[in-house]
Amino acid sequence: MSLWEFANPVKFMALSGKVLPWVIGLCAVTLIPGMIWGFFFTPEAANFGNSVKIIYIHVPSAMMAINIWVMMLVTSLIWIVRRHHVSVRASKAAALIGVTMTVIALITGAIWGQPMWGTYWAWDPRLTSFLILFLFYLGYMALWAAIDNPDTAADLTSVLCIVGSVFAVLSRYAVNFWNQGLHQGASLSLDKEEHVSNVYYQPLLLCIAGFILLFVALVLIRTRTELRLVRLHRLDVRERMKDA
Amino acid sequence: MIALLVRDLRLAMRAGGGFGLGLAFFLIVSTLVPFGVGPEAAILSRIAPGILWVGALLACLLSLDRIFQLDFEDGSLDLLATAPIPMEGIVAVKALAHWLVTGLPLTLAAPVLGTLMNLESPGHYWIFITLLIGTPALSMIGAFGAALTVGLKRGGLLLSLLVLPLYIPTLIFGAEAATRGTAGLSASTPLLMMAGITAGSIALLPFAAAAALRVNLR
Repeated sequence: MSLWEFANPVKFMALSGKVLPWVIGLCAVTLIPGMIWGFFFTPEAANFGNSVKIIYIHVPSAMMAINIWVMMLVTSLIWIVRRHHVSVRASKAAALIGVTMTVIALITGAIWGQPMWGTYWAWDPRLTSFLILFLFYLGYMALWAAIDNPDTAADLTSVLCIVGSVFAVLSRYAVNFWNQGLHQGASLSLDKEEHVSNVYYQPLLLCIAGFILLFVALVLIRTRTELRLVRLHRLDVRERMKDA
Repeated sequence: MIALLVRDLRLAMRAGGGFGLGLAFFLIVSTLVPFGVGPEAAILSRIAPGILWVGALLACLLSLDRIFQLDFEDGSLDLLATAPIPMEGIVAVKALAHWLVTGLPLTLAAPVLGTLMNLESPGHYWIFITLLIGTPALSMIGAFGAALTVGLKRGGLLLSLLVLPLYIPTLIFGAEAATRGTAGLSASTPLLMMAGITAGSIALLPFAAAAALRVNLR
């Protein structure tokens, strides 16, 4: 019994079908109370007023946007090395969720930036990095959409994801070098004293957990859809071969 | 490998559009920018290094799909794949040929076009140096993008979408080095970073591009 057994699509479908309702339930249990707690039962911050409450969407979505790309990198590597279909399909399924998270982070950031920094957009390193990350997601998805043969598409997008990751990290540091930022430094690290006040920190943690569970639920649903699509495609091909 | 390089260079020169189109495009971009932002010498000389870099980058992008597309269509890429030289070598030679045909002429033309944009006097030198170091990376990254999209019927637009984000670090460091050098500041940090990107691209990207080509030729 090893983890690789779930690379078998049949086993993956069986397990994910059983796990999925639990993940959705847990997600609802964390995300809904987290949001309600954050929005209605936290005080207004001194310099921020009510606008501080956008943090409960902005920060989790931004974290997920980056972590989803990392997950895509890992699953792409698994596909390149061990050629498990579940892995590359999960990568494809995650891309759309990742790009949505990036857009949510950018938009909530713009809404938050207007009252705080007096502008919707500035060429701040983090904003710029996120715009670049958005472009990388777009390129990855466009390449999937452009190629007809699913195996060719899986190979090429995996190579693109690996090379893109290197250049995304490079861009991140290049952008840091290029312009000074408006964002504060790290304020959520677990080991340091200097994170935001506990009043905001605890509901924020709950929201982050909720976003992670939401992502797991969505990626399971989409991967299952993708695997069924592959199966349909194979059956279709078989059917046509029979006729010919 | 040398035979392949000579063949590619001959094709680029005789088939037309190799040297000429990229350079003409670069010239047109540099001419259009003053129409867009106005003819004030102060503004133009301030943005000149950045405009020249973006122009060179776009001119480079314009000719990328020629790297593999024609060879893929007439089947010579399949022959090359069965030749005794490794695929990585083919990619490297193709990228080198692309650089000799577009990157090098752009580098030589950039200081002249800088005069059109009121570039200050050390700027000519700096734009030449930064483009000389940076354009090999542009050709190599472009060859990788071209290898990814070679099998597609309408790969042109997709190629730009894939390649342009990969150009961002090179552009940032290149334009930054050129701007700093022109302003008389120390430009060694961005220059070294860009040289690092170029060296890394030349060392590693042929493998990625060769892997993509093998998938496309399957």
